Parts: sequence; C-alpha cells; structure tokens
Amino acid sequence: MKSIQVFDPAMCCNTGVCGVDVDQQLVNFAVDVDWANQNGAQIQRFNLAQQPMDFANNVVVKGFLERSGQDALPLILVDGEFALAGRYPNRVELARWADITLPINEIKPASGSKCC
Amino acid sequence: MKFLDQPPRFLFFTGKGGVGKTSIACATAIQLAESGKRVLLVSTDPASNVGQVFGITIGNHITTIPAVPRLAALEIDPQAAAQVYRDRIVGPVRGVLPEAVVQGIEEQLSGACTTEIAAFDEFTSLLTDSALLTDYDHIIFDTAPTGHTIRMLQLPGAWSNFLEEGKGDTSCLGPLAGLEKQREQYQAAVDALTDGSMTRLILVARAQQSTLREVARTREELAAIGLTHQYLVINGILPSTESTNDPLAAAIHEREQAALHAIPEALSALPRDYVTLKPFNMIGLDALRHLLADTPVGVKVAVEVPIELDEPRLSDLMDEIAADGHGLVMLMGKGGVGKTTLAAAIAVELARRGLPVHLTTSDPAAHLSETLEGALDNLTVSRIDPHTETERYRQHVLETKGAKLDTQGRALLEEDLRSPCTEEIAVFQGFSRIIREAGKKFVVMDTAPTGHTLLLIDATGAYHREVARQMSSNSILHYTTPMMQLQDSKQTKVLIVTLAETTPVLEAASLQADLRRAKIEPWAWIINNSVAATSVISPLLRSRAANELREINTVANQHAQRYAVVPLLKDEPVGVARLLELAAG
Repeated sequence: MKSIQVFDPAMCCNTGVCGVDVDQQLVNFAVDVDWANQNGAQIQRFNLAQQPMDFANNVVVKGFLERSGQDALPLILVDGEFALAGRYPNRVELARWADITLPINEIKPASGSKCC
Repeated sequence: MKFLDQPPRFLFFTGKGGVGKTSIACATAIQLAESGKRVLLVSTDPASNVGQVFGITIGNHITTIPAVPRLAALEIDPQAAAQVYRDRIVGPVRGVLPEAVVQGIEEQLSGACTTEIAAFDEFTSLLTDSALLTDYDHIIFDTAPTGHTIRMLQLPGAWSNFLEEGKGDTSCLGPLAGLEKQREQYQAAVDALTDGSMTRLILVARAQQSTLREVARTREELAAIGLTHQYLVINGILPSTESTNDPLAAAIHEREQAALHAIPEALSALPRDYVTLKPFNMIGLDALRHLLADTPVGVKVAVEVPIELDEPRLSDLMDEIAADGHGLVMLMGKGGVGKTTLAAAIAVELARRGLPVHLTTSDPAAHLSETLEGALDNLTVSRIDPHTETERYRQHVLETKGAKLDTQGRALLEEDLRSPCTEEIAVFQGFSRIIREAGKKFVVMDTAPTGHTLLLIDATGAYHREVARQMSSNSILHYTTPMMQLQDSKQTKVLIVTLAETTPVLEAASLQADLRRAKIEPWAWIINNSVAATSVISPLLRSRAANELREINTVANQHAQRYAVVPLLKDEPVGVARLLELAAG
C-alpha cells in the first residue's frame, strides 16, 4: 500500500470556512479523502498552521516551500516522492495512487475536455 | 443578593468589558471567604487588578491572600496562554522554514478561536483537578467560556482524529491538538459546567438597552447547551437620590429605569440582583466589602468642585476629516461604546457641509437608518446587518459546500460556521462591496474588520490570485485589495471609540495593536459618553468624572495620535438636529 501525504496550506479548518469564501475544492477533497480511506488508502493530511514540524522535517517539503513559497501549496507526496502541487487531486488521481479500482461510472472525462 | 444564596462549587461571572464583572467576582470571593468558606478566585481579565485590590502580586499561580483568611487567587492571561500555545507550535520551525511561512502560521493562530480555546484549556484543570476540589469549597471565575467553545467540545465528531492522533481533520478545535490535556479531561470539564448542582452562571449587565439585549443573547446561547442555572446582576445603577437638582443625573436615572422596565423577556424570569453605583473605585478590601452591601455608604465624596475639562472635542476632528472631500471613515470599538451614534453624527455633519456621504450602519435596532434616510441632501444610508449577513453566508456554505457531507461532517461544518471568525468574514463581504465608493465620496461606517480578519483574507486572496494566474496566464488581474485601501491613510481614517473606563480603554488598545499588525494606523480615538466632559452636580457622578481623568490621560499620552472627548448626553442623540449638535461638540 502506497502512502499518500497531503501538505495543506496554513488554514484553521480543513473546510476553509475562515477564508473569504469556502473553497469548494477543499470540501470536495475532504469528501474524496474520506472515500479513499474507506477503500483502503492511507492518506495523511498535514496543516501548515498546526503541524509545521512535519513540513520542516521532510526534505522534499521543506525544499519545495523554500523554492516556491507557501502560496504554491498544497503539495502531495506519494511514498515520499513528489506527485502533485498547486491543486488538490481528484478522485481518479487518488485511486491511481492508492491502487483502488474505480467503478466505471466514476471515470469521467474532466468537464470541458473534448474527444475530437 | 440572590446569586449568593447557597452557591454551588463553581461560580462564573460573564458580561461584556467594563460592566464590573471582576469587581463583583472579587466582592463575592471576599464575602464567601469571610463567611468561613475556602475560596479560590480566578481572574482572566487582561487588566486584572486583583493583585492591586489586595495589595500583592498574584500572577499565573495560586497565591494566598494574607489580608483575607481562606482566600487564594490566580490570574490567567488568555492572551499569554494563546502566545504560549503559538510558541509551542511555531517555535521549533522558526529559522527552519522560510520567514514568510512562519508569519503565515502565526497569523492563522492569532484569531479569537485560539485565545478562547487556550483559555478553556487553562480552566480545564481547575474544573477537574481533584486535589483543588478538596482544597477549596468554591472556585470563582470572572469570565465564562463562550457557547461556541463548549458546543465544539460537545460534538462527538469534533474529536474524530486530532486529539488521539494529532493529524487528520481539522476544525476550529484545531488549537486543542497542540494542548496537553486529554479528551476525557475536556469532557469532564464540560460536564461540570453544565451540571447545575456544580456550576452557577451569573450574567452581569448595566441598565442599558443594548447591553441587556446582548446579555439576553448570551443567556439563550448558554442555556441551549445546558448552562441553565443562571442569575442576573444589574451593576452600577444610579440611585434616584442623585437626581435632585441635576438634570443629567435625572435623565440617566430615567433612562436606566426605562431600560429595566423594557428588560428582554429572556432575562425577566431570572433571579435578579441590583448593585448601586458607588462613589469610589473598586480598589481595596473596604471598597469591595461595600460593593454588594445594600446599605448606603456614607463616604464623603472627594470632588467638591466641578471638573473643567479642557480636551479636544469632536468638532476639532471634523475639519480635518472633511478636508479631503472623500474617503473612508470607520468607527471601531467594542459593542456598546456608541460607534453607531458617532458614525451618524460624523456623516450628518459632513452632509451638512455639502459633501456627498454614504453612511453604512450595522445598528441592529435599525431606527437610526430609518430616521436619517432621506433626511438630508447628500446623505444616503444603508445597513449591513451582521446577523443577516452571517446567516446568509452560513446558509450559502451549507447548501453549496456542505451538500455532500455526512451527518457528522455537516454538524462539524455547521459549528465551524458559528465561530467568531465567521461573522467577521460575512460582514466583511458586505463591507467590501461598499468601500469601493470611497474614491468619489465619503463612506462612513460603524463597523470594520479586525486586523486578524484582514490578514487572513489577504492571505487567502493572495492564494486565490496565484491559482487564477496559473490557470489563465493570459489574464493578469490588477487587484486593489480592501487591505491596501485600509492601509492607505490618504484613503482611510480609522477612529477608535472607547469609554473613559479601565477595561474599555485596554480593549481599545488591543484593538489598535491588532490593526497595527495589519499595518493599519488608527487616525484618532474618540472617548465617548464622558461624564467629565459634562457639568454635573450629583456627587456620585462627580466622583465618576474624577475617575475618568486618569483614563483620558492614558489615551492622550499613550495610545492616540489625536483624540476627542464626547460628553455623556442628557437625551439619546436621535434625529438630524441632535446629531449635528453632537458633532459640533
């Protein structure tokens, strides 16, 4: 089982309630994480405002923060290696990393993309 | 006093700053100790003068009071507790992570939630430590936790991950993750609080309409979570005997009696006590022993001559405000200091000078906007109702973002939405719609976001801009954030409103510090409802006026770059004529 680690920007709630607007991506992602964990994935989230030591102690994360700054978060590591940054993954990406087989109706093209 | 009848182990006093909670808590502690009980007095007042009252230094550990047998005291500073918590989180990464990152973390942990939770953490051991419970018959607190804090602790879903594991879902309870106690201990503390045989809540208020309304809300909120054993104390009532030959004293007396007659229904059923205004400061054992006594005090009032106050008036500030022809004027301060009235007075005076003005008020009673709308050329009036804005924002979030959550997740999201930050954020949205107008005319407001809200919003704003930039590289947006507008002293004047009393001045000073953190420099202070700025005959009011001088002096010399003193008025300044009078000082 691969381990997925999500390094969130500093925020007081995972839902981003305290921001100027609740970020729909954050709410969706919270639901997707829950779904993936129920399907056997191992996803850990780290909030910069509450667990900064986990950022400082990880060479990859620390280097990323120094290079790109906190505005470039979130950062997602799979088995400790860089997987994604700047946005949250969707359910398909989580499934791929966690080796979860998606039911066919979950696999949809991203909205806006056209096949021809 | 009814609230002193067969008191349970824990007594909590609650009420807004300046109503006299700490004095009443001290007087209660002395009375119980002198009746043979062993008492621990816990003060969380940032301006705690408990040490001064007893002539010793107390601080953050239990200290016996030599002058009063069986009495010990402890001072907790919630701000300091929050700072200790912040240092524990931030300290280890300082110098390790980039400085901008460290600053961002600190800001996230600087909100009201963190302070509340840190204070609750301090209470927890006092409520559950069995050794303490053997040592003391009563523990008296001069403050109470808020409904939000207790509700968060009551939600089973809130505990899902982070206390056990220190990771996973985060919510407003996040700060607890870094604190020391265990879930069982917090649970036991909440149980003790909601058990009427152990805990009594005493609401302290003044005989003022707005204060009573606020206390009624607190009563309902705390009753809803199980703190049902409540008492009401109305402090600082002006005795009718003072009205003789003093029109101002007579008007105050009348106003107080009217407020008591119209007491909100939620409060009318509570056991109620009255404490009369005393002509002396609540310093020293003697003064405190007399506070709760009903017998009139034969204290000779020291001030025999009327005070001739020579301080700047509001009219002195008006010319400078008007000079720019447009701009944002924001009145900030705690509830009940008179922001709405002063905002209206400034707006009306600017309009009288022929300048275009938009007055925006958050006045819950709405009568101000009703009496002023259409009353003057150049003046438009609108309203931001914090409750409506907050409710709209909550509903919006729950319907759109909460749709997919399960029952537990939804309950947690709902509670997060009741945090003190939410109202600030919601009001900010109404606020930012209006402030853009300040480039062409005057916008006068009786509300404003705190420095903390601005810093948070600015941080997320930066984040969103970054995302937008990455997504569509062809459109680089030019933003003037509200933050930039508020920081610019050419566009914005912040006026801090306070009263000439110890706690309100301290609260105003901490508001100023918060704004300075966001690089906003308050332009002036207004000391409102000053008795010293009137000519009173009543000996009681004269001695109060004398006490105000020290506070006015503090504001003038330590806090404000410019200031004005506004007298306590005989009549409520309603309507254009009276507001103009107020502005003319």
